[in-house]
Amino acid sequence: MKRPVAIGMILLGVSILVLFFLNLLLGSVTIPAGQVWKALWGGEVDNAIWQNIVLKSRFPQALTALVAGAGLSVAGLQMQTVFRNPLAGPSVLGVSSGASLGVAFVVLLSGRLGGVALSRLGYMGELAMTMAAIIGALAIMLLIVWVAQKVRGNVTLLIIGVMIGYVATAIIGVLKFFSAEEDVRAYVVWGLGSFARVSGGQVMTFVVIMAILLPLSFLLVKTLNLLLLGDGYARNLGLNVRRARIWVITCAGVLVAIVTAYCGPISFLGLAVPHLCRGIFRTSDHRVLMPASLLAGASLALLCNLIARMPGFEGALPVNSVTALIGAPVVAVVLFRRRKEDTGE
Amino acid sequence: MKREETIQIRNLSIGYTSKHSVKVVTEGITDTIRSGKLTCLLGENGSGKSTLLRTLSGFLPPLSGEISILGKPLKAYREKELATVIGVVLTEKSNLQNMTVEELVGMGRSPYTGFWGRLSAGDRAKVGEALAMVGIASLRDRLVQTLSDGERQKVMIAKALAQETPIIFLDEPTAFLDYPSKVEILHLLHRLSREMQKTVFLSTHDLELALQVADQLWLMAKGRGVHTGTPEDLTRDGSLERFFNLPDSEKRIKIHFDLNQ
Repeated sequence: MKRPVAIGMILLGVSILVLFFLNLLLGSVTIPAGQVWKALWGGEVDNAIWQNIVLKSRFPQALTALVAGAGLSVAGLQMQTVFRNPLAGPSVLGVSSGASLGVAFVVLLSGRLGGVALSRLGYMGELAMTMAAIIGALAIMLLIVWVAQKVRGNVTLLIIGVMIGYVATAIIGVLKFFSAEEDVRAYVVWGLGSFARVSGGQVMTFVVIMAILLPLSFLLVKTLNLLLLGDGYARNLGLNVRRARIWVITCAGVLVAIVTAYCGPISFLGLAVPHLCRGIFRTSDHRVLMPASLLAGASLALLCNLIARMPGFEGALPVNSVTALIGAPVVAVVLFRRRKEDTGE
Repeated sequence: MKREETIQIRNLSIGYTSKHSVKVVTEGITDTIRSGKLTCLLGENGSGKSTLLRTLSGFLPPLSGEISILGKPLKAYREKELATVIGVVLTEKSNLQNMTVEELVGMGRSPYTGFWGRLSAGDRAKVGEALAMVGIASLRDRLVQTLSDGERQKVMIAKALAQETPIIFLDEPTAFLDYPSKVEILHLLHRLSREMQKTVFLSTHDLELALQVADQLWLMAKGRGVHTGTPEDLTRDGSLERFFNLPDSEKRIKIHFDLNQ
């Protein structure tokens, strides 16, 4: 690894550690840094409530943000490469709409048909929503993979993906129209996205699943590098392009499905982070971009979570708004700079 | 020096099949392509030059007939194996960002690299040789998006050299280039075929240049099959003239003039 790359990775790693600790430190309740440190390592803390806040609320939330950011960014990088489109991202294939559709069905229909408001069911309700989101997202992803086997062009596939997303959104609209106001509210809150929703027991499940999936996605680096060259060249260099495309979409789709199931749809992170990494490292080599996106994604998600929870925004801002506010300018700046370079200005 | 028959084609029909119909582009091609020679494929747009190249590269299945590469049927090759036999330079212009010339040429080593695609010292040496051979060693660290069209074409040729395939197919390598670059690219390919005993087969629109550098010409016309021979033979027996339907004596003079240059 070249020296600047190694330094960049180390800086990203350090930023994750710092932001993670800040996530534990800052919040509506002021806790001294020393006490947070002690609580983190299982020491005796002066105030039992502080210990609870750090370990049961802030720690799982920070961990969720870290893992979700990493997952979405890696998925975004894979999508952008496989579609050779700078605007491709985790949400573009309709996978996150699929998750939303799953949740909408459960939340909105259960109230209507079963006569129980899921939002009142607590843990069971939470689990049902997660499962529904995973099933919805994976169903849409399988549909996309099936389509990917039929159509040849990347652009066609991309457009079909976007259309599937629109259809899912439309169905959700219809469901909302026929649902009780209370249930619609529960759905809307889910749709705002949050790293805080995942409760203690589920955090570990989420982290373990992602800890298995993320390394698996690294197995695709050579494939992704070849796909950069275009289908013809990739194929001539011995890559089965069709199979490669399905593998990459499946991998990215599953990552997005799991993250969306646990955190709700989180916009713009997966789109912005790969651009940011290409800008920082000035490379298109996925052996660098993959780990860089993973680290930068984790770091940026922690930062967004921190901003969303800053003192003053007591009720916690929706994470989705923060990621969009930070992510959109990043994408705009990167694309603008690239255009400038291309035209040689 | 021994000129081997690297590609043998027997009664080949090329075209596209869809669910309901078969579209034949050209049929009845029987010929051989030899190593150490530069073979140019000439023909109008839509005559099937790209289709033929795509078929020979294994991207498109032939409608009927046989293609044998280095004595083995093309369809018997596995993807990985074919990647070490045929290298291509295509017309598709990849929109590569932030990739250096060296990295791009290094991609030509992919069939030989391991799981992560890391280049060994040996691979790096091969990349260096390919760059030197094409005369672009000085561009090594440039980003691909900053290159001119001619330079980019040379990089793709270096990629094909790094791939170390006995056969190189090029689809319109001189399209979109200015005249000096066209001359340079074709002479480079001619030199590579001689010095490295490569089988170089390319399609082009540049009749005059092709007549100058090609060892062998393939003339392809819509629905009239393929006619092959050396530039001298084809000019002498009048088939070049017939082929391009040159009506007035002016153009005929032009061809002779170019040949004498």
